Amino acid sequence: MNETTIVNDPLTALERVKLARHKDRPYTLDFIERLFEDFVELHGDRRFAEDAAIVCGLARFHGSPVVVLGHQKGRGTKQSVRRNFGMPKPEGYRKALRMLKLAEKFNRPVFSFIDTSGAYPGIDAEERGQAEAIAHNLRESSKLRVPVIVTVIGEGGSGGALAIGLGDRVLMLENAVYSVITPEGCAAILWKDAGEAERAATNLRLTASELYRLGIIDRVVAEPPGGAHTTHDETARLLDDALQETLAEVTQFDPPSRLTQRYKRLRALGRWTTSV
Amino acid sequence: MSWFRKKDQKVEAVPANERHVKTEGVFQKCPRCETALSRRHLEESLQVCPHCNHHFRLDARLRLAITFDGGEYEELDSEVTSIDALGFVDTKPYPERLVQAKQNSGLPEAIINARGLIGDHLVFVGAMDFSFLGGSMGSAVGEKVTRIIERAINERAAVITFSASGGARMQEGMLSLMQMAKVSAALSLLEEARLPFISVLTDPTTGGVTASFAMLGDVIIAEPKAQIGFAGPRVIEQTIRQKLPEGFQSAEFLLEHGMVDMVVDRREMRPMLIKLLNFMVNPEVHPQVAQVALANNNGKGSSTISQPETSGALSKLDGQPK
Repeated sequence: MNETTIVNDPLTALERVKLARHKDRPYTLDFIERLFEDFVELHGDRRFAEDAAIVCGLARFHGSPVVVLGHQKGRGTKQSVRRNFGMPKPEGYRKALRMLKLAEKFNRPVFSFIDTSGAYPGIDAEERGQAEAIAHNLRESSKLRVPVIVTVIGEGGSGGALAIGLGDRVLMLENAVYSVITPEGCAAILWKDAGEAERAATNLRLTASELYRLGIIDRVVAEPPGGAHTTHDETARLLDDALQETLAEVTQFDPPSRLTQRYKRLRALGRWTTSV
Repeated sequence: MSWFRKKDQKVEAVPANERHVKTEGVFQKCPRCETALSRRHLEESLQVCPHCNHHFRLDARLRLAITFDGGEYEELDSEVTSIDALGFVDTKPYPERLVQAKQNSGLPEAIINARGLIGDHLVFVGAMDFSFLGGSMGSAVGEKVTRIIERAINERAAVITFSASGGARMQEGMLSLMQMAKVSAALSLLEEARLPFISVLTDPTTGGVTASFAMLGDVIIAEPKAQIGFAGPRVIEQTIRQKLPEGFQSAEFLLEHGMVDMVVDRREMRPMLIKLLNFMVNPEVHPQVAQVALANNNGKGSSTISQPETSGALSKLDGQPK
């Protein structure tokens, strides 16, 4: 099937999922290369290990020092295995938290990039406290005094994505998806049939436009015609504009009011009723 | 001896094939040791099998009753309930599932909020119930957890949660996932206010609930043999393509790996909570706590979540306590 025709057609939710997982889609390092200068990668969580499923370090964004971090998928079998298919273990999340603390200490803004099918579901990850690592990151990043700008660039896979996804603003590329569970997983549980992924994807409201409508993300960043996988340079350029504007927006506030806003933003999330 | 002879046989014998002792609702079989237990005995032992210590899943309201002093508490936020924000339809529409869950569980939501005294300490408790859509966390559950935390900050009280959950509620999509962020942010305010949070993990505690408030307790307690983890066992087996070891993700497994502080029998839970609260509630750290507990309780509803108070606690992030 010709990719271009898909992108130009009105896409179904599952088609967006496929685009978000496209092997040629720009990954975090592709964006770091194009959006930042002087990237210095830092490694390890100082507790157990290095986790290549998350990359992070120091860099410059239009001249100013910043911290960047994000999930990293690999291209090809060897790289994919090395990156654990972009599925972090607890040490990855703990390394990310180290970066957030560094940003806090030196008062530098943080850019976080989301692109994972989820946190790694394995015996070792459970043993070392996958849930605790995610929970801890959520609590700690809710009180960071520096600006945090999150961009969902590909797959936003549930808690494994959210663990580095709490910030002052959340941007999302047009064809990225963000979901509480993969459509396949949802279909297997609710329909008892993984073949119902199409319906699950539609029902989950996981596309950028749906999530903008629900108030979960703040901005949808357009991709070049044909989709992000067709041109990394152009995609990065479009994202660059959005990131610059967003950074200007959040840096105009002092830390206390930014914290209040961040809390209020999270506090307002959800839809429920109080009429009995 | 004719006066012993029955003159008329008014009582008819039950035909042999229909004879059986009616024990429905009288006995319950323990799923682990298979002993038939009388319901009355089971109630007396707080739904724990007296033979093998199997902990049956506990109804949220019963949990509250056995936790608070004298079994007395005030239920809060029962009006906060789920709605179908996404128009979610799987094999059944979500609104139908909600109606059914309410009927089956007799509860308004998968968590019940309560305020009361435990060992004379004022505590806000959220007790989850697995029988309501697998104890899943949607917007209403996230909101209710956030509310007890904010109430505790306003009233300088402690928070205890009893979790029992399959994770985030799929039918509310990303709105459910974001509840993890919301409750964790509220907990950072509770921590800033230096107020106690005890998290009790009961069978089962998995997914988004584990990866948010459940693992953020100052002290984390698990009930014996409770299944606790992030990813579900089936997902893990499919990923690693091998059988999981015996006892994987059990409370005891987590204790061994340093993820919980202790495994406590349900019948010892209340005394343990009181011991912990006695340590944590320190009048020097939060002077108003003792007073509030003493002044308690004219049975007044505490629906006073004032935004200024909350952001007040937030702005304290500015000046770190020495």
